[in-house]
Amino acid sequence: MRKLKVQKSYRDINDKIKSGDVVVVTAEEIIDIVKEEGPVEAARRVDVVTTGTFAPMCSSGAFINFGHATPTIKASKVWLNKVPAYAGIAAVDCYIGATEPCEDDPLNKVHPGTFNYGGGHVIQDLVAGKKVHLKVTAYGTDCYPNRMIEKEIAIRSIPNAVLCSPRNGYQNYNCAVNLTNKTKYTYMGILKPKAGNANYCSAGQLSPLFNDPYYKTIGLGTRIFLGGGVGYVTWAGTQHNPSVKRSPAGFPLRPAGTLWTMGNLKEMHPDWLVGVSILGYGCSLAVGLGVPIPILNEEIVQYTAVTDEELYTQVIDYGNDYPNGVSKSLGEVSYAELKSGFITLKDKTIRTVPLSSIVKARKVAETLKDWILKGEFTLGEPQFTLPAG
Amino acid sequence: MDSKILILRFPKTEVQKPVVCNLARKYDLTFNILNATIFPREEGLMVLELSGPRKKFKEGVLYLKDQGVNVKTASQDIKRIDKKCTHCGACTAVCPTGALYIQRPEMVVIFDQKKCSICELCIFACPTRAMKISPSAHTFF
Repeated sequence: MRKLKVQKSYRDINDKIKSGDVVVVTAEEIIDIVKEEGPVEAARRVDVVTTGTFAPMCSSGAFINFGHATPTIKASKVWLNKVPAYAGIAAVDCYIGATEPCEDDPLNKVHPGTFNYGGGHVIQDLVAGKKVHLKVTAYGTDCYPNRMIEKEIAIRSIPNAVLCSPRNGYQNYNCAVNLTNKTKYTYMGILKPKAGNANYCSAGQLSPLFNDPYYKTIGLGTRIFLGGGVGYVTWAGTQHNPSVKRSPAGFPLRPAGTLWTMGNLKEMHPDWLVGVSILGYGCSLAVGLGVPIPILNEEIVQYTAVTDEELYTQVIDYGNDYPNGVSKSLGEVSYAELKSGFITLKDKTIRTVPLSSIVKARKVAETLKDWILKGEFTLGEPQFTLPAG
Repeated sequence: MDSKILILRFPKTEVQKPVVCNLARKYDLTFNILNATIFPREEGLMVLELSGPRKKFKEGVLYLKDQGVNVKTASQDIKRIDKKCTHCGACTAVCPTGALYIQRPEMVVIFDQKKCSICELCIFACPTRAMKISPSAHTFF
């Protein structure tokens, strides 16, 4: 292993944050710095690179403790604004998942369904401070005799609300097309027939896990921007798969790593947790997520300097292949091509459609940078980093 | 030159007449049909972009009204609630006229109401429901 010329510790960087001497730039700003000054000089000068992403993340949800009633109740079934929440935990705890539709939603009975309100919207309403209607039913026990309560709750008045999402911030994602003759309504958006459009969903060079492709700085305890507040990476996300094929520089060419995230919902903001309705598919939650990458050495800063031109993904047919479990790639495209508005697939030019907001991703990275510069946010040193394969 | 997107509603009795053709022949107006439907009860709806010199444009619209066609401007009918828009870009998959497009390199989603044909596809394509049909559509002239 070659000797690293720059070696900084989390403590060194946190001391600089506290003293106000820290140098923080975004994952877009670092590109030119490394290009002009080289990785060693850049690593000496820059302490933190901030990343950001804002997109629907279906595996999101929140634990809500709605407090005890008199007489007491052990919830069997819970609804928040008519959206069912999972109640198979202790008395007044429940988990509201982002994709749970409202109980009286007609779903896809008239296809494509509109899915106007679901778990993601409940979370956004709670965070916005709106009153949410709580309904609880129970079978009654000696210690918890109550069989039903109905009341309005607000985030201020409940004991706990914790965002806890088993899979966020996918490192890379498929580019979706539809090769059938009919329009398809997918979680990757509306796909017109005969590859009428190509949809993709990643912030590319701004995306958290693209800036630390081998998770050298990310793991349990990494402090992050989550939903407008402060959160943590608490585990590898479900389906975390670091062993996919990578480019020679080490960046995954397919969906790879994921993050398990957690944070206090009471400190979050409705601009960064937005309930979404995906036509013909269902409800979800768009999450603002940003990870600060500590520049511990020149190797790490080199990774953060990655550009959209060097990041690739696979084009997958969501008309036939994907629903049949076939993961055949129709071609490889770079994020620079995807962001340009057109890709070429087998001599055909296809218009691209993003689903991940670059405008908001930039704002996440900028906000995180601002917090660190003000000394309000220090880096969390991970207890262990995520499995890198 | 005047150029506007108009919504024309034809009563059942008028759908057989070559009204739009006459607009071009008698009033020298250029038209581009953006949407056309005949409903089960035989009333017709057409959205078209009409352009020509101001005087001819006014005469043409008067002619339409004389034929019993209900004329409304379309340019106010779809609105974006800017506060709700997250600039994701999902709407650009369905917008047929390019009224919703992405400004590069900023990647900001722009809504150019002048190009909107009121097809309403964006209403449910927008994940945050930022696109709304505005009730403020007013009668033309």
